[in-house]
Amino acid sequence: MSVLVTNDGYEFNSLKEMLGVTDGNLASHIKALEREKYLSVSKSFVDRKPNTKYKITERGRNAFKKHLDALEAVVKQTR
Amino acid sequence: MKEIPEYEKDLASIRTMMERSAKFLSLSGLSGVLAGVYALVGATVAYFTVHYPISPLNYRIYSINDGTTIYKLLFIALVVLVASISTGLWLSSRKARKDGARLWSQTTYKLVVNLSIPLVTGGIFILIMLYTGHFGLAAPASLIFYGLALINASVNTYDEIRYLGYSEIFLGLISATFPGYGLIFWALGFGVLHIIYGGIMYNKYDK
Repeated sequence: MSVLVTNDGYEFNSLKEMLGVTDGNLASHIKALEREKYLSVSKSFVDRKPNTKYKITERGRNAFKKHLDALEAVVKQTR
Repeated sequence: MKEIPEYEKDLASIRTMMERSAKFLSLSGLSGVLAGVYALVGATVAYFTVHYPISPLNYRIYSINDGTTIYKLLFIALVVLVASISTGLWLSSRKARKDGARLWSQTTYKLVVNLSIPLVTGGIFILIMLYTGHFGLAAPASLIFYGLALINASVNTYDEIRYLGYSEIFLGLISATFPGYGLIFWALGFGVLHIIYGGIMYNKYDK
């Protein structure tokens, strides 16, 4: 989500590289996010090769922000 | 529930991931310094080609008007450009390998696109200016368009590039008010400024 919130769209393979995870691992996480409607999927062909791109949704962006706010609130408590 | 320091680490890693995915962090400060050096060398060669033995600091009533001199200057500029880009690519790929990052990615693609739009526009504009005889605009225009290109590209890399862009624009505008001193401003903008900012970035990010 950190990656998607900062970029307009991110490809499956770029995500895999950035996060350093396996195909299956990434796919299952993406499925979960997709189920929550936190991201949208768009499949196309680039050079006749299948290309899947993910985009954060407004709902996903809000959820991410709430997550960040919650983390920051907890951390602030110790100061 | 996790411990507090765990949450801090979560936040830190989120921030890191956000930055790493959006910015090209393999840009080598050292390549900036070297690019500056190449530009200063090029400016010296240009000086001897064009102005010698008249000092480039003297007020000039003549201006560069003949075609062959322009071609020589363009050639020098091209050599400096090619040398700077190759050095930049080489040093950046070294830095990327050291950091375990990839040199070419979605991010670098966006960086190149954002950098190229003002740069190519500027290049074409300058060529048109030279072709139509407006030689005095070449140096200021190159500084200004370069600065704009840097600011456009800074979204995809270090913030220092943005400030370098501002400086180049500022210098370019001043240079436009002193037509005929293009070489000095060119040396300042592409030489001195690159050395300064390259040094700052090398100190901050590459050590």
